[in-house]
Amino acid sequence: MKSESELEQILTKGEFAVTSECGPPRGADAEVIRKKGELLKGFVDGVNVTDNQTSVVRMSSISSCVILKGLGLNPIMQMVTRDRNRIAIQSDILGAAALGINNILCLTGDHQKFGDHASAKNVFDMDSIQLVQTVKLMRDEGKFLGGEELKGSPKMFIGAAANPFADPFEIRVPRLAKKVAAGVDFIQTQCIYNLPKFEKWMKLVRDRGLHERVHILGGVTPFKSVGMANYMKKSVPGMDVPDELIERMKAAPKEKKAEEGINICIETIQRLREIEGIHGVHVMAIEWEEMVSEIVKRAGLFPRPHIEG
Amino acid sequence: MIVAERKPLEQISSMIESNSKVLIVGCGECVTVCSAGGKKEVDILASALNMIRSKEGKPIEIRQETLERQCDAEYLEQLRGFIGEYEVVISMACGAGVQFMAEKYKNSLVLPALNTKFIGVTEEQGVWSERCHACGDCKLHLTGGVCPIARCSKSLLNGPCGGSTNGKCEISPEVVCGWQLIIERLSDLGQLEKYEEIIPINDWSTNRDGGPRKVVREDLRL
Repeated sequence: MKSESELEQILTKGEFAVTSECGPPRGADAEVIRKKGELLKGFVDGVNVTDNQTSVVRMSSISSCVILKGLGLNPIMQMVTRDRNRIAIQSDILGAAALGINNILCLTGDHQKFGDHASAKNVFDMDSIQLVQTVKLMRDEGKFLGGEELKGSPKMFIGAAANPFADPFEIRVPRLAKKVAAGVDFIQTQCIYNLPKFEKWMKLVRDRGLHERVHILGGVTPFKSVGMANYMKKSVPGMDVPDELIERMKAAPKEKKAEEGINICIETIQRLREIEGIHGVHVMAIEWEEMVSEIVKRAGLFPRPHIEG
Repeated sequence: MIVAERKPLEQISSMIESNSKVLIVGCGECVTVCSAGGKKEVDILASALNMIRSKEGKPIEIRQETLERQCDAEYLEQLRGFIGEYEVVISMACGAGVQFMAEKYKNSLVLPALNTKFIGVTEEQGVWSERCHACGDCKLHLTGGVCPIARCSKSLLNGPCGGSTNGKCEISPEVVCGWQLIIERLSDLGQLEKYEEIIPINDWSTNRDGGPRKVVREDLRL
């Protein structure tokens, strides 16, 4: 094993993994994180903890991870390169590892323009691919970027995101290949709604043999309402929502919109399980964490495998 | 060229509200080309300030000059004979020109009339856009002649990020995704295989991060 991560053990054993997500609160109340954590406990193999997502200030990912770890969950610390330079990034990786966090998801991060501090200075000392290289260097070679040796390597399982639906499509697979070459261990994809397009992407991934070098987890997000489906389609950059899904949400009776959203999500998971090279699913139920257990159960992914630590 | 834009008139006017003898100095280089601080703009600013002050019943004496450029001492020297007669000097040069004039005339108060924006090009009449961040270590040979540092909103060396949609940047549908441009160029040049080479983490010490920069050419020194 490269890391001390339970998620790595599950994926290495060939089990179909389930991860989910937890957004930290806009305040110092640890109880918010604990409540979300309790809803997910036992139903997922890893929980992403976002790092000031959409550039809105929140409790730090690292501290929220520690709170979840205390509940017995397996946190995946998201880290964006927007807010920290290489000195802070390497320092936080060491700190997180020392606190028992052994998964990291390397991201660039949304531009600060989206958030509540649009006048902030951004950093972007490195990009997400260089962050993958950085963690790998620290873990496998025991070195800092500056070349000096470190004492006590951070045994992190290294993740990154992939968006098969962003533009331009022709470099989406080459971009994944770059992340694989940089040393990524697992990939979580952007929310999948357009399955034919996703399958086309996966075929190209397989043609290059990338599915054998990295564990790919397909991302899903259930629609709560027609409004949310429309918002995802029109306002979220890099999101591809086919009209037929919007129509399905519209056609559902008023009191059953949310249920229809869950149905679509479960059908998507079933389709994903059939795709060669998909090793798991990443369920992003945004501010709807209470639905994750139901989705996991109805998708036939419960109980989760237990790995002896 | 260095592209600049004049500050709002009210801001310039408020900087000199207590002065009655003002020298306005334009610059004949970049800011003339981008119509921000050349002879014509000096004229316009002087007329506008005169009008404001006449209206307020506090007339003002303005002298107008436009130098070849303000980033060379020999041209700044041309002000030596009379600059001391003015309470304040408004420079219509870029930030470099304003500072150099202040350095050369230690007893004169030199104020900026422009906001210096970027190193860029004239896209079309009346439209300028950024092309270079002066990072000090040009990478254009790696990226098809399109700069990822200046043209990607996040200066990503291995882009694009997931926010690129229909060739536009996530920050605005008005902003072209720099990495889309790079990929199109590499593709046009038959060099798309270059995309897969990971550009390593950058050495920013040649950038502003390394502190104020200087170029010394011993072969040219007197």
